[in-house]
Parts: sequence; structure tokens; C-alpha cells
Amino acid sequence: MSEPIVRYNDVHKSFGDVQVLKGIDLDIQPAEKVAVIGPSGSGKTTIIRMLMTLEQPTSGSIIVDGKNLWHMEKDGDLVPANEKHLRQVRGDIGMVFQHFNLFPHMTILENCMTAPIHVQKKDKESAKKDSIEMLEKVGLGDKLDDYPAMLSGGQKQRVAMARALVMHPKIMLFDEVTSALDPELVGEVLEVIRDIANEGEMAMVLVTHEMEFARDIADRILFLDNGVIAEEGPPMDVLENSTNERLQSFLHRFRT
Amino acid sequence: MSNWSWSTFSDAFPVVLEGLGITLGLTIACYLFALIFGFIWTLIRRMPIKVIRLPLLWVMEFIRSTPPLVQLFFIFYAWPMVPVVGMALDPFVSAVIGLGIHYSTYIGEVYRSGIDAVDNGQWEAARALNYGTSKKWTKIILPQALPPTIPMLGNYLIIMFKEVPLASTIGVLGILAMANDYGAQHWRYLEPLTIVAILFLVLSYPSAILINKLERKMNKRFDKKEPTGSKAV
Repeated sequence: MSEPIVRYNDVHKSFGDVQVLKGIDLDIQPAEKVAVIGPSGSGKTTIIRMLMTLEQPTSGSIIVDGKNLWHMEKDGDLVPANEKHLRQVRGDIGMVFQHFNLFPHMTILENCMTAPIHVQKKDKESAKKDSIEMLEKVGLGDKLDDYPAMLSGGQKQRVAMARALVMHPKIMLFDEVTSALDPELVGEVLEVIRDIANEGEMAMVLVTHEMEFARDIADRILFLDNGVIAEEGPPMDVLENSTNERLQSFLHRFRT
Repeated sequence: MSNWSWSTFSDAFPVVLEGLGITLGLTIACYLFALIFGFIWTLIRRMPIKVIRLPLLWVMEFIRSTPPLVQLFFIFYAWPMVPVVGMALDPFVSAVIGLGIHYSTYIGEVYRSGIDAVDNGQWEAARALNYGTSKKWTKIILPQALPPTIPMLGNYLIIMFKEVPLASTIGVLGILAMANDYGAQHWRYLEPLTIVAILFLVLSYPSAILINKLERKMNKRFDKKEPTGSKAV
């Protein structure tokens, strides 16, 4: 097996007195698609938020592409990472949020162009070209000059995906991206994710409640329960053949 | 009791109008000072180092809870006598510093409310797109935080316009002082002071209407704001 692109080493996370994650060990291979399922409050969103540096682990380490994310070396010692170090390491990571988090003061096209220009320092013309291409890919080539407020939830989420993809990340994180959508809009968003997954070169981590979808596109499913990875394996093994009782009762609620 | 005289009215008008120029100039100078200094308070509030932040916030609270008139007197009459740092200041400069600092404490709060109103999801999106600190502020946060504060900032401009006659107490003769002088010289107060009232009304009222319109426009814009992040439950 090749070097993992992400490695979690005994990662713990507490919010105040509440222990959310109690020791996560996890390797993600380049181009691997991992779905994370589990009851709410099991810590599944926290796992990817720590990778995006939105939450800091209480202990343990996360290695991204061989580099320690939350620590850096200084005079031979490991010290907590500063903002500069975080920026260097997380540059290859993109994220799509449950509530889209589009920039309301920018058009769809500007939403996509802004980070390539201001973060990756691309020139305006090529950033514009890439962005239009990406928006056409998610089926919004005709909405370039609209503002986010004018779009449906499904369209907003597709813009959010284009905005993340145009940065060409090696790792994409999806945080319950269909949970805030009306049921009839879920399909169009899943369709785009499926297309991205089929292209294959990116590692993807999806926190999701869409079991069928997870089964379809994931190489591996993790069942998170009570702050630990309680079960993991290929979709069939986890969803059909597991003997884990907690997993059985969790899945049962989705089948009814 | 003297009756209304139109000839006094037309005689006093140019004198009072001259004072208006000084009042407007002082208003704008104080306002600009307060807008800039307000930013400094906002920065101080966000400072991570408690030892520096807390004393300065205490100073800010102190400035806000003392009357602007006392501050004006202090800067103009008492400051020159303070050892080492003290120096005599021109009345106009004293007024700009005194009123400017006083109002900057309020304007800093306005900025803060604007920044606090930016949804948490916007900060997270900026982080996920790997923005650096300065671009995050100039491209993502401030363009959302400042427009909604424009009506409030406009209100402070009007309030300040009505408060700058305080500066006449340290010798900046604006519209009210000019009218008062005219009254004292000619023993006619009715006409010049009526002119003062009319001029204030003519300037304040349309400004208030303008600000109201701006406010409605801003509200409309932010009504349509998408529900993002954790606050939108």
C-alpha cells in the first residue's frame, strides 16, 4: 500500500468536559473515498473539522501528506502550529459545508474566483476560466452573475462544490452536504459528488446520512459510535454483514 | 417684547450662515476622527493579550461614561498643565480630539456589532479556502460587516452635528455662538436663533430621511441573506 495522504494518530477531542472523540486511528489513502456514518453526536463531523483546522485536537496528531498538521518543529521540539504552518499544510484540503457558507456579497462566479486569485495568487483571467469551467461542470454555467440568495439550496451546494474544486485539492471533505436540503434537491447534489468521485484522483471523506449513496461510491465505510471507530471496512461488510449490535440498530432506523 | 422683523432676519442670516460653515467643518473633522479611532477600539477589543486589552477597555468605558463637555474642558484647559506630555492645543484641534474620541467609543461598538453579525460559517469558509488574515478581513469579513452599519454610522453623524455647538464653550464659534453674539450686539435674539433652528432642521431632517432609506435598502439586502452556519437553526 502507498503512503497514506492522511493519518490520524490516537486523536482525542473534548469540548469542555465532554469527550467527543476517544482515540481515532485512521489512514486515508490517496484517491480513497471514505464515508463516515454514525448517530448524531458520535463525533463524525468533528473528525473532518479537525482536518480542516476548524477544531483543534485535544491530543494526538494528524499527518497530512507527510506533514504534521497541528504541530511544527522548532529547535528540534514539536510545538503547537502557528497560523503560517497551518496555512501551508491545509492548502491541499477543501471542504463543503452543510449550510453552504457561500459569500453572499459576491456573485456565483466571484465566489469561485476569489480564492484562486487571493489565496493561490493565480492571474485573474485563468482563475475566471477555471471557475467558469467548474461551474459548467456542476451545471450552473448559466448562473454566473447571480447572487447566492437567488439560488435554490441544491444550486448553492453545487456552487460550494465548484468553489472548493477550483482550488484543486488533494483531499475533499463533505460535511453532511445534503442535510440542509429539501428532499427533492438532494439528488442533483449527490449526482455531482458521484461525478467527482468517478474522476478518481482526489481523496474524499464524506460525513453522510445517505446510506445508499455511501454504499455506491465509498471504498470504505467507518461507523463512528461513542467517540471511536466501532466498525470499518468495505461497504458491503459494514452495511450487510456486520455483527456489531449498535451498528445494526443504527442501520435499522434508516431501513424503516 | 420685540416683534419679528424681517430686516433683522436678512441682516443676521449671513452672519449665522458663516457660523454654519465652521459647525459643518468641525462636524466632518470630528466624524472622520471618530471613524478612524473607532477602528482602533475595535482592534483593541479583538486583542488576544488580556493585560493590554482590559485596561484599554476600561479607558474606553471611562470615556463613554463621562460627559463630552467635561472632556472638552479637560483637553483645552487642563491638558496644557499636565507635566511632560501636556501641551496647549488650538480650540478647533481640542474640539476635534475631544468630541472625536468621545464618539469613537460608540462608533467602535457599531463596527463590532457589524463584525459580530457576520455568520460563523463565513469565517469557516474563509479558513477552508485557506485565506490569510488580511485577505480574509478585506475580501470576506468587512465587505459583509460594514454595509449594515452604514445607517447606524449615519445616525452618529447627525447626533454629532447636533452636539458640536458644545465646542463654543472652548471658543470654537460655530453657528450657535455666532447667532448668540449677533443677539448680544443688536439685542435681538429671536431672528438669529430662529435661523439657527431652521438651518439645523433643513440639514438634519433630509439626512435622517436619507439614512432611513439607506437602512431600508440594507435590510432588504440582508433579508435575502442565506441561512448559513450554526446560527441559522
